[in-house]
Amino acid sequence: MATAHKDVCGTLEGKATRFGYSDALLMLGGNDPRVFVLDADLAKSTTTERFKKEFPDRFIDCGIAEQDMVGIAAGLSLMGKVPFTSTYGTFMVDRALDQIRVTVAYAELNVKIIGAHGGISVGPDGATHQALEDLGTMRMLPHMTVINPCDVNEARKATLAVAAMQGPAFIRLGRESVPILTDDATPFAIGEGITFEDGDDVTIAATGYMVYEALLAHEELKKQGIHARVLNIHTIKPIDRDLLLKAARETGAVVTAEEHQVMGGFGSAVAEVIVQECPVPMEFVGIKDRFGESGTPDELLTAFGCRHTDIEAAVHRVLKRKK
Amino acid sequence: METMLTVQELRHLATEIRKDTLRSITAAGSGHPGGSLSSADIMTALYFRAANLATPTDPDRDRIFWSKGHIAPLLYTLLAYKGFFPKEELMTLRKFGSRLQGHPKKGSLPGIETSTGSLGQGLSVAVGAAYAARYDKLPVRSYCLTGDGELQEGQIWEALMAGAHFKLDNLCVIIDNNGLQIDGKCSEVMCLDDIAAKLRAFNWHVISIDGHDMEQCVKALDEAKTVKGQPTAIVAHTIKGKGVSYMEDVAGWHGKAPSQDELAQAIRELDAQEGK
Repeated sequence: MATAHKDVCGTLEGKATRFGYSDALLMLGGNDPRVFVLDADLAKSTTTERFKKEFPDRFIDCGIAEQDMVGIAAGLSLMGKVPFTSTYGTFMVDRALDQIRVTVAYAELNVKIIGAHGGISVGPDGATHQALEDLGTMRMLPHMTVINPCDVNEARKATLAVAAMQGPAFIRLGRESVPILTDDATPFAIGEGITFEDGDDVTIAATGYMVYEALLAHEELKKQGIHARVLNIHTIKPIDRDLLLKAARETGAVVTAEEHQVMGGFGSAVAEVIVQECPVPMEFVGIKDRFGESGTPDELLTAFGCRHTDIEAAVHRVLKRKK
Repeated sequence: METMLTVQELRHLATEIRKDTLRSITAAGSGHPGGSLSSADIMTALYFRAANLATPTDPDRDRIFWSKGHIAPLLYTLLAYKGFFPKEELMTLRKFGSRLQGHPKKGSLPGIETSTGSLGQGLSVAVGAAYAARYDKLPVRSYCLTGDGELQEGQIWEALMAGAHFKLDNLCVIIDNNGLQIDGKCSEVMCLDDIAAKLRAFNWHVISIDGHDMEQCVKALDEAKTVKGQPTAIVAHTIKGKGVSYMEDVAGWHGKAPSQDELAQAIRELDAQEGK
């Protein structure tokens, strides 16, 4: 089978997923007059300033007032607009959680919630600015769709996809440049994971940036004679049950990988599917119940256990338990 | 086109609405009578005279957001009196399977603009609706009802900033200033002192009224429509539990249902005030 992603061993072009968001906003701005973009004084960081420049009358800077931003977006949606609220994931999800829960999710409003600067790779700003619980918190809310794109192109497609759907949705974006693994031809549909590498020995289900680390692990494991299936699970809710269960049945062992707290996050979402319908040994790669700290993205990804070497070690552990 | 009700007719309607609101709360065995009664006059003036609200689905209707969602019994009674659903259904309030949830749920009943219940969130929504209405050049006004205790929520002040910053003159907040909250007097729990002065300092047009004087309610809502370049706040000085002697100005009636005997007394008193 041909791989569904670009070669990770060559020189990889990189770009931050946040630019995929504004790439899509520029397309939407021209095509869909209902689209409004809101920010909370971080338009440069979230990249929404690109939309502001082109469509100033549909850009609202709410100031440093995230809770109000969510409410304003709710009001816009009730008048038929498609608002995108944008700020760092920590301030978006944690600061405005009650507003997202009651005003947006409970009312099933068509508000798109964007959490930029997700993960430990935010770097030197440290723990306060590193969203490590965003995916888990958002996936607990009824009616909420939760997406974590692996690269800039997938972020663009995810943004277009949530604009086209009705109802609340959350997308995580990253600050740092990450390898581009997909292109225009790579399929994207909400709720449908993508098999990036086939293999029958073990499944590595990864989300977001960790898809890249999973592919690196796949290459290394191949040298050791271990054929890992690599799944890009960009949609954490609704999760692709069929793809995960097929992988569990066919490989008999699953490792999950996320740049997020393992507790309640992506790995938990996968486990909820696996343990109920096809229990197989699992290992979880991700952040283990800790706050982040300052450092370079590289230093932090290594220190917090979000490297391909961590995935490889988890594969070896899970294979020992595989029947 | 609806015929415009007179002040006298509105007064009578507010009494009937108070009675049915209390009947529904008694039937439910729980609910929030105190704030429902303090808001009843101005919200009757809004729903039956000031607001353009012939049908709950007209795109050009005025939008009314109940930030103090706990007084849902009053909202439901108003909507039933508007004819948006049968009045008999008021007696299902808070029951399992009812469309009349303890706090308003969007989509549950015609006329509920959105879900509320966690305090402090509705004014931001009203700001967003007003912003969109102005952008689309719609003749829509956006109203929000809050309590005075609710002003202790920080998000309210974010929204007050935004409403003034965006110069939303199609936006009107009604503050039911009954002076009480669950734990006691607002001035003792967490004092806001001069609410009107604070709102003026936030660059809102402020109208202070006796919230139980129907003529003042009508005039204030009319005046708000004429204000240009800034949003309007109507500070309605009210009495929690207004119209029922044993509830008036008693914090304990914030979230407690009357018994059947207490209900009968309340209805006798309300009728007596009407001269029945």
